[in-house]
This record gives sequence, C-alpha cells and structure tokens, in this order.
Amino acid sequence: MTTAISADGIRKRYGDVQAVDGVSLTVETGEFYGLLGPNGAGKTTTLEILEGIREPDEGRVELLGMAPWPRNKALLPRIGVQFQASAFFDKLTARETIRTFASFYGVGSKRADAMLERVGLTDSAGILTDKMSGGQAQRLSIACALAHDPELVFLDEPTTGLDPQARRNLWDLLRDINAEGRTVVLTTHYLDEAEILCDRVSVMDHGKVLRTGAPAALVRDLDDTVRVSVESGQLSADAARELFTAGGAEIANLEDNGVSLSVSTRAPGPILTVLAEQGALRGLEVRGATLEDVFLHLTGREYRA
Amino acid sequence: MSTPSPEAGRERASAFLNLSRVMIVAFVRDRMALFFVLLMPLIFLVMFGFLFKSATSPHVKVAQFGPVQVLDGVQGQDRVNLEKVLTITRVTDEAAGLEKVRKGTLDALVEDGPDGQPVLHFSSSDQVKAGGVQAVLNSVVQQANQDATHQDAKYTLTARPVEDNSLKPIQFLTPGLLGWAIATGAIFGASLTLVNWRKKRVLRRLRLAPVSVAAVVGSRVAVSLLVALTQTAIFLAVATTPVFGLKLTGDWWLVVPLVLCATIAFMSIGLVTGAFAKTEEAANGMNQLIILPMSFLSGSFFPLDGSPGWLQGLSKVFPLHYLVTASQSVLSRGGGVTDALPAMGGLLAFAAVMTLIALRLFSWDDA
Repeated sequence: MTTAISADGIRKRYGDVQAVDGVSLTVETGEFYGLLGPNGAGKTTTLEILEGIREPDEGRVELLGMAPWPRNKALLPRIGVQFQASAFFDKLTARETIRTFASFYGVGSKRADAMLERVGLTDSAGILTDKMSGGQAQRLSIACALAHDPELVFLDEPTTGLDPQARRNLWDLLRDINAEGRTVVLTTHYLDEAEILCDRVSVMDHGKVLRTGAPAALVRDLDDTVRVSVESGQLSADAARELFTAGGAEIANLEDNGVSLSVSTRAPGPILTVLAEQGALRGLEVRGATLEDVFLHLTGREYRA
Repeated sequence: MSTPSPEAGRERASAFLNLSRVMIVAFVRDRMALFFVLLMPLIFLVMFGFLFKSATSPHVKVAQFGPVQVLDGVQGQDRVNLEKVLTITRVTDEAAGLEKVRKGTLDALVEDGPDGQPVLHFSSSDQVKAGGVQAVLNSVVQQANQDATHQDAKYTLTARPVEDNSLKPIQFLTPGLLGWAIATGAIFGASLTLVNWRKKRVLRRLRLAPVSVAAVVGSRVAVSLLVALTQTAIFLAVATTPVFGLKLTGDWWLVVPLVLCATIAFMSIGLVTGAFAKTEEAANGMNQLIILPMSFLSGSFFPLDGSPGWLQGLSKVFPLHYLVTASQSVLSRGGGVTDALPAMGGLLAFAAVMTLIALRLFSWDDA
C-alpha cells in the first residue's frame, strides 16, 4: 500500500490556544479515514493544514508525495475538498454552479452534469443554490468536490443537518466513491456514521490524537460490558440471578424494569446458554459497546459549548 | 486518475471567462444591484434634469392690486412679450396678496400708490427673483416713460450670446451623476464580492482549485469595467436626447478611458473596505460612508464653484473629483487629451496605492 497522506508532528497555535498540538497521522491510499473529536478538539484546523489552506507552525505534511503548503497547483487537481453547504456563488443554479467549478479544472459540462446526476440532483439542476434544501446543498457540495475526479477527497461533516433517508443515501454515495479507489478523509459528529463508513478513525481532543484504529478494534479494546436483555415476565429477576451465577456468569448489573430484564456482563456466553435452556429468549437483544462509548471514554462526558 | 492540465494557458483563459460569466449572471439576476447601479442614477438624472431646468427659468410671478397704469398700458405684441417673463395675476385683497409675497408663493405685488406712481412690494429672500422682478418692472416703467415723452430711444441694447462658458445644468449633471453611479457600482462591486466570497468560503474554494489569482482578480475588474461602460453609454444616450439637450463636443470619446481608469480607482477603494468588513452589512455602511461625502465634495450633485476654497482643496483627495471635472471638460466643454491624461494618471496612481493597502489587509478566511 502507498501512503496518501502523512503528517508528522504538526502544531498550530492561535494566540493563547494551541489548536493542534503535535498531530502525526498516516492515511493509506484507498483508505476511508475518519477524524473524530468534540467541538474545539482541533479537527478543523488539522484538516485545513492537511488540505494546504493553513500553514502549520511546526511539522511536516505530505499529500500524494507533495507538500500542500505553499499553494501547489500541481497537487490541487488531484484533491477534492467538500465544504459545509452554501459555499457557492450567489444567484447561480445548481447546474451553473457545478459547471463553473468543474471548468476551473478544465472539466467539461458533460461530466459536470453526469456528476449532478450521480448525486441525484438532475431534477433540481435548475434551482438557485440558495433555494435548495440542506440535503440538496450538501449533495451539490459533494458533487462539486468530485467533479474533477480527484484521487483524494476531504469531506467536512457531509451529513450534518440531513434526515435519516438523506444520510443513508449519502452513505451509499460515499462508499461508492471509496470503492472506486479514492482515498476519503471524513470528519463527522455522528459516530454511527464513522463506525459504518470508516476503515480507520482517529479520535482527537485538545489538539492531540488520542487513539487511532479500526472502529471495531477500538470498541474491543475498550473491554466494556455487554448488555443482554429479554422481555419481562419470562423469568423473575431473582431466579435469573441464581441461574446465571450457577451457570458461571459474572454479572455486573441485573435489573427488571417491567418491560425488559437486562443483564450487563463482560462474558455473555453463559447467560445466553441459560436463557436458551429456560426458553426465555423472547425479545432477545444483545448490545455491545459502540464507537460512541469509545469516544466518550476518551474525551470525557462533560458538555462543551 | 486525474488529468494534470496540459494547456495551462487555455485553462487560465477559461477560468477567467467562466468567472466573468458567473459575475455577470449574478449581477443581472440581482434586481437590487441593477436598480442601484443602473436605474437609480438614471432616475436622478431625469429628476435633477427637469428640476434644474425650471429652477433657472427667469419667469417671475407678480400680483397686481387695482389698476396699475404702467402695466395696463402695455398692449398688443408688447403685452405678449411681457407675459413671457412675467405672470400677472390680479388680486382683490391687498393684505392677502402681500402675505403670499412674504411666503414666497408670489414674487412681488404691484399697485399704484396714492400719487398714481407704481409701487413694487417684493421679498428679498430669493435674491435672484428679487433682482429679476425689479429689473423687469424697471424696464416696463422706463418704456412707459419713453412712450409718455414720445421720444425715440437714443440707445438700444442688442444682446448677442457668445460661446456659452457657464455650465448648463445638464452639462454638470451628466458627468457628476455618471461619476457617482460609476463610483457606486465599482466600489460596491469589488467590496461586496470580496466580503461575500470570503464569508461563503467561495474564496477558499477558488484557492483550492488550480485557478490563478490573476484570473480571479482580472475577471472581477473586467466585469466592473463592463458595468461602468454600460452606465456611461446609457447616461450619454439619455442626456443627449433633445429633452435634456447635452451637446457632445470634440474629443468626448476621451470619457471612455477616463471612466475605465476611474473604475479601477473606485474598485481599489472597494477592495480596502471589503478587506476590512466582515459582513455585507458592514461593507454596505462603510461604502456609503465613503461614497456620499465623496460625491457631494466632488461636485456630483451640484457644482462646487461657489464653495469655500478649503472645501475645493479637500475635494482633490477624491478620485471622483478628477473623473467629474475631467469628463465635464471633455464631454461638452471642448477639452482634450491634455485635460484627460493627468486625471487618468492620478486615478491609476490612486488605485495603485489603495491596492497595496488592500493587499496588506487581505485575508482568505475570516477565521
């Protein structure tokens, strides 16, 4: 595998704030890579430094083997950057917008229109961009980033503000883009999205990368309890506790709230065996930790404005 | 996967053309911009044109109370001639008539005094009218005296107009209002584009596309020049209609290079306010704060001939002053290259200084 992005010890300070504090990361070619972190963690600044919009105070960045800073016109056609919606020219329609941006790369209107078709905007091609819905604007924004067929794509919170249908629709598109061999770098607030789409994620906070790995590996490393629950009334809580302990299960917590009987444990095997033997599997649900738990574990639970 | 540009030259040209097209389309679709840049100055021209026309008419309105021999004696062709400059209305209430003179609805009231001699009551608040009405009535009285003594006049005055050196309203209104319109269009065009593109991150998009800075700046300048030339064409077309009667003289075409240089100078002002302002509203305010005083002090709306010297000196710092005076000179006062060239040089020098300032203030992002 070749390396699409390599960053080594990048730092950026704004006044008193050390926005990026020694970030090093590597993204392989063809990888779907996620950059996660709470607001103010330094994601945006890191992304801007990688894209070549900002100069790092310290550290070294290489994109496709080239330095993105200072502005490098040989590199620009090979990368595509999606902006949060509305970074469009005033008073232009969707079709005029993508054709204009495509023309900067020497891409003809035919391919621009095909890109519009691909993100499902052909029917709304004549709408002025400021009259478009949030989902339409996001899709146009992605289409503009892809019109010139870049090898490396940066997506900044592409599904923010979309309804569940539009999000899933967009996930399919993003997966397709990646499947074509493009390297994708994504920032998002939605951890389910990162878990579904990304090959690898880095969790950032306070300007540093805290952990990097495949979402499933990060979840496993967390070694959190698994929660098993079945419908209430099949087995009393006391009987269940006795049977589980007899079966050799270690129980972290057990409760029956009248709707569900729930057990938290690190080893769900014996519990499932007991439930099966007792014929109490109605409404069975087994839930492990998610990327969100990893995220909260790493970055803390306190609310930040 | 991607195709690196084989023909950089063509690409640059296409970016320039496409950006220009985008700005023209946006301008034409923006009704507010169209109104402020094209229509409103034209409305001002038409309005001011008619307003000043009637203001300079020598016609005076006089009320006559009771019989006045010197007036009643004028009959026939003389009467027709008299009524060309004097509207005489008869009033039956002397006090009410005098009140109207005081208020200015009438310019004067004439009556015969107890001794049969005519008496003229006038208000001196409008000195031009006051002088006019006295002169007209004086000449009527002189004529009556002459008729009464049955003597031919020994001297008669023949009035012959020379090449008119005083400004007719349309002659200062056209370059003045045109200058104001061009300043508005160019300053707003440059500054709002800059603020809007920075705020909406279009600047960032352009920076991430393989587009040269020259194409971005060049297209904005080209579009503003085009707008300014359109304004000039429309203005001259309207002003030269018989209704307004502007007569173009000699090297009037010099107004074109003048307008182009001035547009670049105004755009440089817009670049500075656009670099300063974070929002369109702020840019709007700043621009008006510059355009309005600049227009008044550069003689856009009225000539500054009668203003104090320090004010005329102050007006020389504004680029609009040079556009207005130089185009006044070349449009209708027979001025030539020697009038236009220094102004053009000054305008471009101004633009260079302001652009350097703008470059120092410039930022791609507001973050």
